[in-house]
Amino acid sequence: MAVASADTAIRTSRITRAFIYLFLLLFALFYLLPFGIMLVNSLKPLSEITGGNMIALPQDWTIAPWLSAWSTAQIGVEPTGLRPYFINSLVMAVPAVVLSTVVGALNGYVLTKWQFRGSTIIFGLLLFSCFIPFQIVLIPMARILGLLDIAGTTPGLILVHFVYGIGFTTLYFRNYYAAFPTELVRAAQIDGAGFFQIFWRIMLPSSGPIIAVSFIWQFTNIWNDFLFGASFASGGSAPMTVALNNLVNSSTGVREYNVHFAGAIMAAAPTLLVYIVAGRYFVRGLMAGSVKG
Amino acid sequence: MAASTDTGVDLRTRLQTWLPKLVLSPSLAIMLVFVYGFIAFTIYLSFTDSRMLPSFGWVGWDNYDRLFRIREWNTAITNLAVFATLYIGISTLIGLSLAIFLDQKIRGEGVLRPIFLYPMALSFIVTGTAWKWFLDPAIGLENTMHLWGWESFTFNWIKDREMAIYTVVIAAVWQSSGFVMAMFLAGLRGIDNEILKAAQIDGASNWNLYRRIILPQLRPAFLSAFVILSHLAIKSYDLVIALTGGGPGNATALPATFMYSYTFTRNQMGIGAASAVIMLMTIAAIMVPYLYAELKEKK
Repeated sequence: MAVASADTAIRTSRITRAFIYLFLLLFALFYLLPFGIMLVNSLKPLSEITGGNMIALPQDWTIAPWLSAWSTAQIGVEPTGLRPYFINSLVMAVPAVVLSTVVGALNGYVLTKWQFRGSTIIFGLLLFSCFIPFQIVLIPMARILGLLDIAGTTPGLILVHFVYGIGFTTLYFRNYYAAFPTELVRAAQIDGAGFFQIFWRIMLPSSGPIIAVSFIWQFTNIWNDFLFGASFASGGSAPMTVALNNLVNSSTGVREYNVHFAGAIMAAAPTLLVYIVAGRYFVRGLMAGSVKG
Repeated sequence: MAASTDTGVDLRTRLQTWLPKLVLSPSLAIMLVFVYGFIAFTIYLSFTDSRMLPSFGWVGWDNYDRLFRIREWNTAITNLAVFATLYIGISTLIGLSLAIFLDQKIRGEGVLRPIFLYPMALSFIVTGTAWKWFLDPAIGLENTMHLWGWESFTFNWIKDREMAIYTVVIAAVWQSSGFVMAMFLAGLRGIDNEILKAAQIDGASNWNLYRRIILPQLRPAFLSAFVILSHLAIKSYDLVIALTGGGPGNATALPATFMYSYTFTRNQMGIGAASAVIMLMTIAAIMVPYLYAELKEKK
């Protein structure tokens, strides 16, 4: 489902083309504006925001809001800045991404190359789990995390994201391996290669692209999650999105918009970076999650 | 000697046939507990008198009965209907238009496409922060228009109980319409150009080409876009929290925010569970037929 490069054979007149370019440029502006303005205003002193024009470039360029958002801004009750929460999110996301990808790869391998009676039903069950509203699992999950004594901790969140990531990673690898020639697997089997040997020697070496898709998509989802973070993390263990929301929506004191903007961009930076560096795989992940082809 | 090798081989083959099931079983167990077990537990709780903590006094349909008499819940489902309709409709329209236009051998497509799509990489909390401020009359768009000399310009929907839900639509469309564009673009690029050329030779106008040949072929993309967007709409939580906090008052409450506040801040877990069950049923009504059809086609 990669976006191919063959354009349509439709021919258009000059005026139509001018209109099309205008339309596309206006929408580019629409998509760029909110984030762009946020970036510009994160580099202004507060007085220029409350008293001035949001489109204007800073008269007084300053990185003070960024320093404040990173290390001294008040988050909840502690003036720690966002740094500890940024680290929380990294510590949470990396293991959850790796674990769910490994399990998804193995599941996808079994579901395509070692099908057995009932394996399609199992895949259906896994697939449906991708689309449940997570509100339905919040209450029992809170109980289980309490019973396991990891409520309100980062390991608890790793578990949650791992568990609810399996469905998607399995879907990615299943669809990818479905296109992988089964004859190769059978031939290796006849030569005496075992289950894990085939996976390790034959499947994995050609899985680069789908591993990238799975890593990127899981990372984006887990980093951007708010519901689980807000429900299952407390105080100092909160992930970045929850801390950002606390910063922006805290009702006490002067609203330091420029600090909020700097914080929002910090929260967006890792996933944006991934998108810029590996946008191709990002789009593939989107497609694999929607059109199962 | 020969016999022992035999059982050795036998054991090995038997292990090989069991291994795939063995590898899959932890995932299956996790799913059965953390997804289906949890769903069953929440459904059960929705029939109990649970308040701050789960308790097991059976109350029958009481919670559902009370749920639909709570004004905030009715606000939430009305909002969801308005939000989902506009969000799906506008995102599809914008996504389709952008895809069709981008498909006309556009110079700079490589630059435009990532611009249209990047909001999808952002957290809804970031999107909410950006738009909350952009729409704030005191410092955002309205103020800027005033500074530019357009004194009569007003845009204060975010502060207006009647209009606030539409600001959620704007921000949500901003976030996901590029994604819809990518889906349609992939569909458009999969259409065979030979058919189009043949129809052109027969004298079909561009309008007719799209209406008669291209759009009907995009049916799968329409279906996927609808399914994905409706599922996102029903789950919407973060965006409302970051953009309006459910306010003003509870004018922008959605089922997801309702569920959270009744379960965790108002200690009405039974009612919270009932609302979660309704959400699940709504999504299941859309997803199950879709997934069933997708899986069946594969065979």
